[in-house]
Amino acid sequence: MVTRLDPKLFDATTDITWCAGCGDFAILKALKLALADLGIEPYQALVVSGIGCGSKLPDYMNVNAYLTNHGRPLPIATAAKLANPDLHVIVTNGDGDSYGIGGNHFVQSCRRNPNLTHIVENNQIYGLTKGQYSPTSDKGFVTTTSPDGAIELAFNPLSVALGAGATFISRAFAGEPKHMAGLIAQGIQHRGYALIDVLQPCVTFNRTNTYDWYRKRVYHLEDEDYDPSDRKAAWEKAHEWEERIPLGVLYRVEGAPAYEDQVKALEGGSPLSRLDDLVKDPRPQQYERLKERFT
Amino acid sequence: MASVVTNDMSIVIGGDAGQGVESSGAGFCLSFARAGLHVFGMQDYHSRIRGGHNFYQIRLSEKPRLSHSNPVHLLIALTPETVRLHLDQLAEGAAGVLPERFEIDPAPLEKRGVRVDTLPLIRMAEEHGNRVMANTAALGAAAGITEFPLQFMESVIRDNFAAKGQQTVDTNLKVAEAAYGLARDRYGADFPYKLVPVDGAPRRMLMNGNQALAMGALAGGCRFVSAYPMTPATSIFEWLSGLPREYGVVTKHAEDEIAAADMAIGASFVGARGMTATSGGGFCLMVEALGLAAMTEVPMVIMLAQRGGPSNGLPTRTEQSDLLFAINASHGESPRIVTAPGTVEECFEAGWRAFNLAEKYQCPVVVMTDSFLASTLRTLDMDAIDFSSVSIDRGSTLTPQELDGLTNGYKRFEFTETGISPRALPGQHPAAAFSAASDEHDEEGHFLEEIEGRRRMMQKRMRKLREAEREMRPPKRYGPPEAETTLVCWGSSFGPCKEAADEINDAGGSANVLQFGDLWPLPEEVTAAALSECRRTVTVEQNYTSQLAKLLRMTTGIKVDGTLNKYDGRPFAPEEIVAGLGKEVVSGYAA
Ligand SMILES: Cc1ncc(C[n+]2csc(CCOP(=O)(O)OP(=O)(O)O)c2C)c(N)n1
Ligand SMILES: [Mg+2]
Repeated sequence: MVTRLDPKLFDATTDITWCAGCGDFAILKALKLALADLGIEPYQALVVSGIGCGSKLPDYMNVNAYLTNHGRPLPIATAAKLANPDLHVIVTNGDGDSYGIGGNHFVQSCRRNPNLTHIVENNQIYGLTKGQYSPTSDKGFVTTTSPDGAIELAFNPLSVALGAGATFISRAFAGEPKHMAGLIAQGIQHRGYALIDVLQPCVTFNRTNTYDWYRKRVYHLEDEDYDPSDRKAAWEKAHEWEERIPLGVLYRVEGAPAYEDQVKALEGGSPLSRLDDLVKDPRPQQYERLKERFT
Repeated sequence: MASVVTNDMSIVIGGDAGQGVESSGAGFCLSFARAGLHVFGMQDYHSRIRGGHNFYQIRLSEKPRLSHSNPVHLLIALTPETVRLHLDQLAEGAAGVLPERFEIDPAPLEKRGVRVDTLPLIRMAEEHGNRVMANTAALGAAAGITEFPLQFMESVIRDNFAAKGQQTVDTNLKVAEAAYGLARDRYGADFPYKLVPVDGAPRRMLMNGNQALAMGALAGGCRFVSAYPMTPATSIFEWLSGLPREYGVVTKHAEDEIAAADMAIGASFVGARGMTATSGGGFCLMVEALGLAAMTEVPMVIMLAQRGGPSNGLPTRTEQSDLLFAINASHGESPRIVTAPGTVEECFEAGWRAFNLAEKYQCPVVVMTDSFLASTLRTLDMDAIDFSSVSIDRGSTLTPQELDGLTNGYKRFEFTETGISPRALPGQHPAAAFSAASDEHDEEGHFLEEIEGRRRMMQKRMRKLREAEREMRPPKRYGPPEAETTLVCWGSSFGPCKEAADEINDAGGSANVLQFGDLWPLPEEVTAAALSECRRTVTVEQNYTSQLAKLLRMTTGIKVDGTLNKYDGRPFAPEEIVAGLGKEVVSGYAA
């Protein structure tokens, strides 16, 4: 039985610099809720982010936080988990961070299946740099760097994740933090890489994809007769956008081993625990036999 | 026959890529090591899988040697091209062996007074086994010409081919024996260079710099390695990946060098000892990670095995052209430590010391080698790799007891006199959850842009560099203290410089060597003192722009008297240094 914690445990005293009404507030709230619900204490979790408005989130929480370089939280989080598998490692970063500059890390993580929870604050815009189009901006979206409308097709994180082999693919909406908290909790409990792509209105720089815009379109997969283990169905749902936008778990593979589960060198200890042991007793004689390889 | 020279010669084995020069050469080296000879086995190969000339140059001696040397006394040519390419390196009276298929023009050989004969190597290989064993025949012939007892080669053949089955072992042995007999009978009596087992020699290892670095890192507690393959660093990663599982080294072949470096940071952030290994092109991609590690004070170790640059450059060849890059890589100003071992033994120590430095100063450490040091095989006494000399010093990493004692909350980036803050590891203690940001931050790791806070945090970080400078070692001097000429070098150039100084001194001249191993932060005072003691300084560097000379001038104001440079991807041979002295340029740029 897990003991639920008070989400306030995760409150920090830092000043929050997000705009009033920013969708990131809901994500912060949902993450705290999910961790508290699962009985994970602040020191047992590590939240890794990149750079951007959304990536500031870990600094606004009482938790182990690592705010890294733009686009890079996934490899850092992957290794942190490999080095100390006891940590609950969560990544939070923006759509530009995750799908643009960090796009390769995203694809690799999907097929690698590290035991991470990846929350993408997807506002379809570059917020912190004040309003350039992002990989998820819709085609035709007009911004300072796309004055004639974005020419590229929008990046579809859900279908890419599906194609790349992700084992947990979901979508949340910043207008529904409780629902989001539930998805985050499921993501944390999922063994392997869990994507929670969050539709997160940017109230300052994205005047198109607003709370209202999303609210008119979103619906819950849980309310339908939908089977998240059905890959074909997930493929179709991943492409719904203009009229109706599905929220919830699109796709889930149960029982697939996480990356860490398959690393032979982890049997018998993590890089961290082995180092702890060596500090106590370096056992130099354990390496002697390696010299024979060179004779 | 000229007077006999025993156990002091150089052999070249050359052929096309794909002909097995590399494995034959390494096996050949091992057979000499087993006979108690000192071996220096340098590889030279092209960046391709098939075609292109590859060779192994093996120097054999009863003394330890730190460099290859010319001339060459025996040439095992698997192609006629090998004869053409190495002709100028051959000593008078040298011999060469070539398979029977080929014909070569005898005129140039006669002009140089060398003898290169074809031997029925392919026929012998086919007779006793099959034609792919022509290499074995060639090596057997080489042993026969030098009258080096066949048993040492036989033992290597047994070990190396054991996995392929007894039949392969047996046929290779027969091929070697046949070629040995033929070559000995035909040439043995006339060939003045002989190799004999050294009585009472201790058992020795045959090892390259990458292997020693990897073993050092392992012994230093490194259990996480992430990398992206890049010559000449790849074998560090491969060697650690192939270790028995009990050692528990988690290795990750990352999607690129950005991820490789970031993974090393991620593992180190949570308290493991993480490292990555790369060459210049990969290091370019790691630059942003270097800045992140410095800013967030994460210990991180990068093994940087240099090759010819820029861009993809000379993938399989040597250069020392990344020194100033490594010292300055990343925007902004931040602490990092750069060291450069000069020998295989020093690689072992550098491998574990890097982690102690990284954890003590909580900053990135770059260990620089190059293709020459990374991949050249050298014999080492068994105790040259001394695991009991290794210490694991985690610096100011807090113990659980110390964490229990925290009363005032924990500040990950606390201002201290040394700039080094007590380090808690995430996940270890309820009192020590902390934030670390790549943006400028306060003592608790939260974002900060305020003037005084920025100034103090910048000073705190940079104080660590001043602190580290005190621990940085002065240059090592080799040779007589008051020599006329001092060869000033760093990294692998030490080997050829040492051999060159020996040669000069043996010939009645006067030279010594000043070798820099700790390059950043460069210990200013001891460096200036060491340079001031020299009568005439000449930097010897495998680069165009004399980067060490520039670094010395930048930090001490002292300008060296001359610079010798080589940037063709081939390591200095001692003779080149000797010949180059007096002709060096003073400008600091290569001629
Ligand atoms: C290497 C690098 N390139 C560019 C930037 C500038 N930059 C900061 S945030 C950002 C984009 C942020 O967009 P997103 O990831 O979607 O986050 P948001 O601000 O929208 O939450 C960029 C380009 C940077 N900090 N680092
Ligand atoms: Mg965004």
